Amino acid sequence: MSRLGSIGARLYRGEVGYDFVGKRMIWYGISVLITVVAIAGLAFKGLNMGIEFQGGALFTTPPTSVSVEKAKEDAEKASGHDAIVQKLGNDTLRIQVGGLDTKTAAPVTEKLAQDLGVPTEKINTELVGPSWGEQIANKAWTGLAVFMVLVVIYLAIAFEWRMAVAALIALVHDLTITVGIYALVGFEVTPGTVIGLLTILGYSLYDTVVVFDGLKEGAKDITKQTRFTYSEIANRSLNGTLVRSINTTVVALLPVAGLLFIGGGVLGAGMLNDISLSLFVGLAAGAYSSIFIATPLVADLKERDPAMKALKKRILAKRAAEAKNGPAAEGDAPQDAVPAAVVGPRPSRGRPASGKRR
Amino acid sequence: MAAPKKGRKVSGAPGRPGRALALITIVILALAGGMFASGHTTPRLGIDLAGGTSITLKAQNEPGQPNAINKTNMDTAVAIMERRVNGMGVSESEVQTQGTDNIIVNIPKGTNSKQAREQVGTTAKLYFRQVLAQTQGTPLPDPGKTPKPDPTSTKKPDEAKDPKDKDGKDKDSKDKKSSPTPDPTKTSQGRAVTDALKAPTPTPTPGASKTPDPKTTPPAQDPATAKLEKAFAALDCTKPEQREKAGDGIKPSEPTIACGKSITGKVWDGKSWDKFILGPAELEGTDVKKASGTFDTQRALWKVDMEFTKEGSDKFAKTTGKLMKLQQPLNQFGIVLDGNVVSAPSVSTVLSGNAEITGSFTQETAQELGNILSYGSLPLTFKEETVTTVTPALGSDQLEAGLIAGAIGLALVVIYLVLYYRGLSFVALLSLLVSGILTYTIMALLGPAIGFALNLPAVCGAIVAIGITADSFIVYFERIRDEIRDGRTLRPAVERAWPRARRTILVSDFVSLLSAVVLYIVTVGKVQGFAFTLGLTTLLDVVVVFLFTKPLMTLLASKTKFFGNGHKWSGLDPKRLGVQPPLRRTRRSVVPTEPKEA
Repeated sequence: MSRLGSIGARLYRGEVGYDFVGKRMIWYGISVLITVVAIAGLAFKGLNMGIEFQGGALFTTPPTSVSVEKAKEDAEKASGHDAIVQKLGNDTLRIQVGGLDTKTAAPVTEKLAQDLGVPTEKINTELVGPSWGEQIANKAWTGLAVFMVLVVIYLAIAFEWRMAVAALIALVHDLTITVGIYALVGFEVTPGTVIGLLTILGYSLYDTVVVFDGLKEGAKDITKQTRFTYSEIANRSLNGTLVRSINTTVVALLPVAGLLFIGGGVLGAGMLNDISLSLFVGLAAGAYSSIFIATPLVADLKERDPAMKALKKRILAKRAAEAKNGPAAEGDAPQDAVPAAVVGPRPSRGRPASGKRR
Repeated sequence: MAAPKKGRKVSGAPGRPGRALALITIVILALAGGMFASGHTTPRLGIDLAGGTSITLKAQNEPGQPNAINKTNMDTAVAIMERRVNGMGVSESEVQTQGTDNIIVNIPKGTNSKQAREQVGTTAKLYFRQVLAQTQGTPLPDPGKTPKPDPTSTKKPDEAKDPKDKDGKDKDSKDKKSSPTPDPTKTSQGRAVTDALKAPTPTPTPGASKTPDPKTTPPAQDPATAKLEKAFAALDCTKPEQREKAGDGIKPSEPTIACGKSITGKVWDGKSWDKFILGPAELEGTDVKKASGTFDTQRALWKVDMEFTKEGSDKFAKTTGKLMKLQQPLNQFGIVLDGNVVSAPSVSTVLSGNAEITGSFTQETAQELGNILSYGSLPLTFKEETVTTVTPALGSDQLEAGLIAGAIGLALVVIYLVLYYRGLSFVALLSLLVSGILTYTIMALLGPAIGFALNLPAVCGAIVAIGITADSFIVYFERIRDEIRDGRTLRPAVERAWPRARRTILVSDFVSLLSAVVLYIVTVGKVQGFAFTLGLTTLLDVVVVFLFTKPLMTLLASKTKFFGNGHKWSGLDPKRLGVQPPLRRTRRSVVPTEPKEA
């Protein structure tokens, strides 16, 4: 752990670090690629919408020895519609039948119970009208829109508009990737998935906000110095908060992993699984985007600001001058001698901290 | 909570850790005390964890009534549904609105959910319409179903109001009143009143020309009528889908078609249906003040007494006045519930104020019709969107799974924190514990207070919240470590780190809270439970960090050697954090120092 601790320290002081901002084009490229794949998946494969979105019935039997095939046959006979039957971890059967509405499903339940030899009152049913999913989806879209507007306003006030825009782009990025993965893998989309997806909103921003907060602080007196451009400072603060971001992400993912394990592994399906799966995917995408996308985007936007442009110009001029004077300057004013890039991986330094300010 | 404020009292200074800790201790004790005192020591469980049936109803927009879905109407509907459900002896069920146009009805396990579902879900709008044409489902047999009016308009006011339940009085007054009573059988045919014929029918009456069966139909030829007739001819009441759909989309002010059970004896044979063409609505459910099925001891039969509101009374007098002059079946009015004719008594006299319907009622059917008439006056039409029935067995499985998942998640977080933060994790764990206790007691208390019920998504929310809560500690700890790396000793580091960590925590918690609030407001169903827990735990996170974690850090830094001196297992050991002696302060934030190639 102490090794980690000292890596944390070196990251913090900028002795080691990765040039996230400088290499942003690579990451943008990767993200664009993933996003395109996600959108293509969505367009060509489409989402596998659960019964809740199409209307139909979902029956869960008590533990039973009836085989999946027999249950499927019975369910199709009883309802006259196609049925999907799954056997869950605890020997219960999960039977989905599309095309039923809340009124026509009741007799089907009874018939099914009879055929399967299970008392009717022991069968769990979930009957969903065809317009329910649409309603959920509509409300989710409304929620999404309202949230985005509010959060952009809030971030613009708490930070600045560029950060708000970058955060929003990162958010859309996370959502697209998550939805794309659902389309590509063919996971079933249920109201639980929607809950998870909407939660990503708050959560993926949590990470971004932590990083931005460090950035805002690091850049607060930027115009009073002539050593670093905005991008360089952004990269530094990103590296400085890296440990924090990683830790918060890991800690956020762990409980979700617990849910996923129990929901998916033990129960086999259901609300726990649906929520945690989309959360897990979304959180992972969120962690990635807050580091690799959001901050570089802010830097890009910020560098277009006239004040920052002027600053960059001054800095470049100064660096050019120093380069000419070369070694002479170093002895006298080592603090001013700045390498062109702020941080890059600096492999193998003998004594990490000591080389630093002296 | 808005943008984080700077310069609160606590910032930079140790503040008064003792006070904050005392305050939160008092809060915890008060909540726990309240929880035990109230006897609700566990959160109320939702239907999906405890078992039971949950029905979601959605108000439907009706043609011609664009703004009908509003808060007043929804509240009225909830009140009526509550009465209905509780009226059938299901006392623990709850009915609540969700969002703008949904109503959730939760019926706990062990009650007759099927019956409840029928009562709540299917009883909707009630209209009184004139019968313009009728076809008998069965060879029509006997004559007798008639409605009888109980003439009360003429009677003394007090009698008019008899409560149905007081049998004695009721009967008496009724008997007196009911001179003109018709009787019996409730089906379509009543005793026809002789004079009928010409009364001006208010609306275009559909002509029966094409339809073979309608018995009486005044010819009328406009397109709407023709269309209606055609629909009437095509209507097959023995098909459930057709029964459901008959008259869909037709405004109350227009004529419509509908089906009704054809009851000839005392009991419906289970398969005969009458079909009707009905005139525009003359009265609606809200015009009925109350109604009940009562037993008339004198005549030894079950009947339904109705009492109208003042307005309803006037309308009813007008309608009956018109109908009594007509001939069978035009002298009948159909009591149309949800598009189905529940009864079509004929009228032989002018009625107002009170009326009674007699016919071939059994106790059950009389009481049912009474209920429908009194409670059937929902201001809106509802459609069942979802019906979920969870057996107690599955419910407890799900609860167990949720708890196990939570335990696993918590254990993983604890392990991670201990490995990474060493001694500091002690602070984090205590804070998580405090947060957990607060969440639990508040949830337990919210059950009785606002009807909060813990459902599966809410459990998920609580588990996910473990991460959010722990994140706040991480933000603070990392800040403290940064300060130590800058060469500060622990005490100043703890204080200096706080204002900045606080800012980050507030901003990010605010974003979380914002998403929870938006989710809660705009979504429906289970999502709300999730959003609620997430919002609650986010708020508690702020409380815990401010009143517990920070004061505790201050105390530990100043009062204990273990933390204060940066013991190597404390998680705050400068050496382990990579600080190189000699310690030296830097102006890190303004001008980041740059490593220089050595």
